[in-house]
Amino acid sequence: MEATKANTIIELTVNNHAGVMSHITGLFSRRGYNLEGIICGPVGDGSVSRMYLLVEKNARLEQMIKQLEKLYDILIVSLREDYDHTLFHRLHDLIIKEKNRAKYKEF
Amino acid sequence: MKMTGAQIIIKLLEREGIRMIAGIPGGANLPLYAALSKSKIKHILARHEQGAGFIAQGMARSTGQPAVCFATSGPGATNLMTAIADAKLDSIPIIAITGQVPTSLIGTDAFQEVDTYGMTIPITKHNFLIRNAEELLSVIPESFQLAMEGRPGPIVIDIPKDIQKQQIEIKRWPLMKKKKKKDKIDLAMIKKMTHMIQQAKKPLLYIGGGIIHSGAEKLVLELARKNSIPVTSTLMGLGAFPPDDDLFIGMLGMHGARYTNYILNEADLLLAFGVRFDDRATGNIARFCKQARIIHIDIDHSEIGKIRRSHLSLACDIAAALKYLNPLIKRQKRKEWISFLDRMKKEHPFQIPQSSDPLNPLNLIGMISRIAQGNAIITTDVGQHQMWTAQIYPFRTPRTLLTSGGLGTMGFGLPVAIGAGLANPKRQVICISGDGSFLMNIQELATLAEENLNVKTIIMNNGSLGLVRQQQEFFYDKNYMASRFITRPDFAAVAKNFGLKGIDLGKERDPEEILQKALNEKGPCLINAPIPFDQNVTPMVPPGAGNHEMIGGE
Ligand SMILES: Cc1ncc(C[n+]2csc(CCOP(=O)(O)OP(=O)(O)O)c2C)c(N)n1
Repeated sequence: MEATKANTIIELTVNNHAGVMSHITGLFSRRGYNLEGIICGPVGDGSVSRMYLLVEKNARLEQMIKQLEKLYDILIVSLREDYDHTLFHRLHDLIIKEKNRAKYKEF
Repeated sequence: MKMTGAQIIIKLLEREGIRMIAGIPGGANLPLYAALSKSKIKHILARHEQGAGFIAQGMARSTGQPAVCFATSGPGATNLMTAIADAKLDSIPIIAITGQVPTSLIGTDAFQEVDTYGMTIPITKHNFLIRNAEELLSVIPESFQLAMEGRPGPIVIDIPKDIQKQQIEIKRWPLMKKKKKKDKIDLAMIKKMTHMIQQAKKPLLYIGGGIIHSGAEKLVLELARKNSIPVTSTLMGLGAFPPDDDLFIGMLGMHGARYTNYILNEADLLLAFGVRFDDRATGNIARFCKQARIIHIDIDHSEIGKIRRSHLSLACDIAAALKYLNPLIKRQKRKEWISFLDRMKKEHPFQIPQSSDPLNPLNLIGMISRIAQGNAIITTDVGQHQMWTAQIYPFRTPRTLLTSGGLGTMGFGLPVAIGAGLANPKRQVICISGDGSFLMNIQELATLAEENLNVKTIIMNNGSLGLVRQQQEFFYDKNYMASRFITRPDFAAVAKNFGLKGIDLGKERDPEEILQKALNEKGPCLINAPIPFDQNVTPMVPPGAGNHEMIGGE
């Protein structure tokens, strides 16, 4: 897959509870923003999570960030132009255990 | 002290100063009702949860304070949705507390289970699903804070039945922290704004609901007068500026007067204060005030630049900003600009009817405004009657017009009037409705009869979905599909059957006298006013056109 130049990453620090993901994906679908990818995982004691959203770099990015900032469970929003968003396209390779790599080669 | 979740909720609501709650009980919120029965809080039994939601809105809209409604799980919660969505779009602080099936049954498609939390995400400012009774101690006070803080909005708290019954030990009640965030005002920006205003030749204030939420009406008046800046208002801003002031040029947008939209088109600087550039106000945004630079101040930073780029902006409380801005502004007379206003007002006035027929819609509203007390609260439904009211009723103070601006919900008028009547027992409340809208929450006549409030309803009865009919006439080749009613209820008789007074102006020789008597009597009354079915609201900006490209009303 070609690493699209027009993408960037929004990094979120969020409260870690069951509804947070719905609030975030709900915001994207309701306002018609494109969400190309999500990676999420707990940090520290698990009371907060970090999320990385792969989004299109376009005129709506500023609105997107402002709307995210309004969500109650989002603690920090930052635009990460300095992160390597091609990671999203290599996820599959990264997540497969080394010893199984050969098995999944064809995918 | 051991208390149940339900008792804790009621206690916390009391502590927030809640005196009335509208709602309907059901299986999943019965523990809450059991606790409520022991409280001094008065319960208003609505006849549909949408009614309960709008009754809460009536209290909140008329007082500016948060109000509460209750519903059970499943259909109770889904029935509330419209009122919650309506509150979201007009930034109204209501707190909806819904019962939910017991925690152990969540996710099993249990009887009367719906995902209230999931369904209300996009229509609330924030929502909570409670997982244990301890959470209530923080969530309830926080909900009140959230509903009011910054840009107000609705909150939903969904509470499973087992948590309402769960007993916990309460050692200490949460502190009533009413932290008021002080706006830090960017003074350099204020200076730039001052400069831009004073340099402008044709500045114009475009004000909206934000002025009312902020309580900034006096500061806006001071600014306008000091620097001779004309003022136009959105539907939500009506009441924030004195309608008789020479500087006032009326409501802008889709049904604004010709002169209003012409003056707007001429402005070289737009002071967009507490507004969100809604499409009904701006028309085709690309053609809106093309020559104007824009100063935008709104408390919600995501409104800045959402629809239209501004040249200068501040995301803060408008009153806070004006407290700094006003003293820096010099007095200016702006003779040329003001004389242009006067000329436009003369050349393109709002067309008032030639006939003196009291049942002509605009005459009827004029009549209501002459009879109503100065501080009467007017609610409307949605349609032509709403636009006519907005066009000519002189709203002199904030919160005297309660109308569904953002969602445009038919059925809004009656329950909101009931809520306003409950919260303002000394004031006259008048609901101006249409025969289509009124039927959408007509069951609340029973609630009104029970509460015996000083609420009058006037149905402007054109036997049709008037605003739809008008659009069909203008834009759908007069193909009047589904906009004309075939059967027409006798509304005065309907009211009587609910135990209310009902009169029909169509049957009276002197409608004005009868209306006067009816409005001045204490207690509820329904007044049917037959009006012509084919009268249109003009002028009108057709969909996709610029505001200055109106049709009709010449
Ligand atoms: C709940 C809801 N359904 C449909 C509409 C669409 N709609 C807007 S105005 C209108 C007609 C309103 O008729 P009526 O209340 O009789 O008022 P009139 O326009 O005749 O004054 C309709 C159907 C709406 N705004 N709200």
